[in-house]
Amino acid sequence: MNELVWIFVSAVLVNNFTLSYFLGLCPFLGVTSRLQTAFRLGLANIFVMLITSVCAFALNTWVLPFAPYLRLISFIIVIASAVQFVEMAIKKLSPELFRALGIFLPLITTNCAILGLALFTTNKGYGFVEGIVFALGAGIGVTLALVLLAGLREETKYRSVPSLIEGTALNLFIAGVLSMAFMGFAGLFST
Amino acid sequence: MDTNNLPHIETEKGSSSFKMIFTLAIAGLFSGFFLATTFIYTDPVIQNNKKEEMFAAVYEVLPGCKTIETLEFDGSTFHVLGENEISENPIFLGKDENGGFVGFAIPASEPGFQDLISALIGYDPNTDKVIGMKILDSKETPGLGDKIFKDEAFKTNFLDLDVSGTIEFAKKGQKNASNQIEGITGATISSKAVTNLLINSISSWKAPIKQYADGRN
Amino acid sequence: MEEIKPIEKRDSYEFLKGLWKENPVFVAVLGMCPALAVTNSATNAMAMGLASTFVLISSSALVSLFRKLIPKEVRITTYIVIIATFVTVIDFLMAAYAPDIHKALGAFIALIVVNCLILGRQEAFASKNSVWLSIVDAAGMGFGFTFALLCIGTIRELLGSGSLFGINLFGSTFEPWVVMILPPGGFFALGTLLLLFNWWKYKRKSMRHE
Repeated sequence: MNELVWIFVSAVLVNNFTLSYFLGLCPFLGVTSRLQTAFRLGLANIFVMLITSVCAFALNTWVLPFAPYLRLISFIIVIASAVQFVEMAIKKLSPELFRALGIFLPLITTNCAILGLALFTTNKGYGFVEGIVFALGAGIGVTLALVLLAGLREETKYRSVPSLIEGTALNLFIAGVLSMAFMGFAGLFST
Repeated sequence: MDTNNLPHIETEKGSSSFKMIFTLAIAGLFSGFFLATTFIYTDPVIQNNKKEEMFAAVYEVLPGCKTIETLEFDGSTFHVLGENEISENPIFLGKDENGGFVGFAIPASEPGFQDLISALIGYDPNTDKVIGMKILDSKETPGLGDKIFKDEAFKTNFLDLDVSGTIEFAKKGQKNASNQIEGITGATISSKAVTNLLINSISSWKAPIKQYADGRN
Repeated sequence: MEEIKPIEKRDSYEFLKGLWKENPVFVAVLGMCPALAVTNSATNAMAMGLASTFVLISSSALVSLFRKLIPKEVRITTYIVIIATFVTVIDFLMAAYAPDIHKALGAFIALIVVNCLILGRQEAFASKNSVWLSIVDAAGMGFGFTFALLCIGTIRELLGSGSLFGINLFGSTFEPWVVMILPPGGFFALGTLLLLFNWWKYKRKSMRHE
């Protein structure tokens, strides 16, 4: 139990996917200019990560022991197909949920945070439950980072920022400060 | 405008599904074949690299060790693994030139300041002492936490550490017994994590290792 | 749409644009994840850049060779299969013959596969141009990417460890800015470089107007 808590908190705060592994930076820098959008993108991320975790576990258990060299290709193809399949299912079952998350799904499927999650789960040798907890933590961590950055960016809209630093440079500096703040969570679980 | 630079526009109404499936099948087939070939040639080298790296660490934590046996724990006792068998959770037995036991090298990991710290511990069941320790992997803060594998004084803690009773953590300069580990200034959490790692792995492995060593001696 | 150049000039144009004018990191802001994650030392940055360049050149050549045979509807999937194949190959080769660097880069080698730069070049260039031009374009973009990574890696290693390619430069009196080799340092280093790039562009623009 303790280990699960550690995996979760470590993925959300201490080793945040976006702020300390730089995974999923494209949507982080590109999309997050509005709080609402950022939040939904984050939710879609959590959703895809959970699917990814299940796929990775299935592949690692039943397929890859026989053909380890197909790891990367099968991860990408299986995750992309699974997400597409679930997307179709949601479209049928809950059009409202689809409208909220749907447009983000194709954007995220080939995102490095997703593949990174699958690879990290494999490298760390996590089982099914650990994998799900890790995916949930990583997804919440990404959402947290996205929402925080979007909030800060909305603030900068009402300030006069020198035109030279506007755009990506400014976002990177904001992200750097956030990342520094998150470093403060290190050692959270030590006595 | 250069028409060659435009995406090639299909004059028909898209490609037939046969052509699509055929293309993907061919691509998959070639890729699989190519990867399998690369794998067959590189895998022995990769496995050998991993083994050499691990064995180098074992020689380091078991001073005087000449030959290494790889053991696997099945829940009650250890089995010796063959030359090419790979274990998920191996423990290593080091022997000197006469075949006598030098000690056991135990891999272990524990959450540190940043992420898991993994280490190899050299344990001698005859004297009940830890005789060496090497950090295998850690992401501790450079300049602070990374002293756990850079600080020479910290390393000497593990060359002759009495683990017959409790193991204690002492602040820098306050070590006064052979069962204490002296921490590092500025890296208290990381050095405490290493102490915990040692306590946890010794307490769980001590009994089975002693039993096994007595049985073989 | 780019203007048509005389054939002999076009080779060098396609190569050079990747290095500076259309630099994948500084101008197009692609491939951020490897650009920040593994640039805590110049050696790692260089290894990452070269590995990506290898994947980029090989995939571009192959995609361009078969560009007329790949049906439009499944092109992206085919590209991804090709890219993933080369990434797995370089991953195995590095694990076998450069184990130290492989360990330092870790999962980020496998993550080359999702570097938008590589898929982007297949879609934007290799699928429409001859094999030779595609290789030239890929080499230019690849070296431009390596150059950018090396810039970030050099800054971070110099300030963060006081060394370059592992060789200590400033002696023991230098107090390293540890934050530079930690994650925030990546954001700050790239942010500063982008700022300098913007400043340079702004300068040039204002000089042209005069």
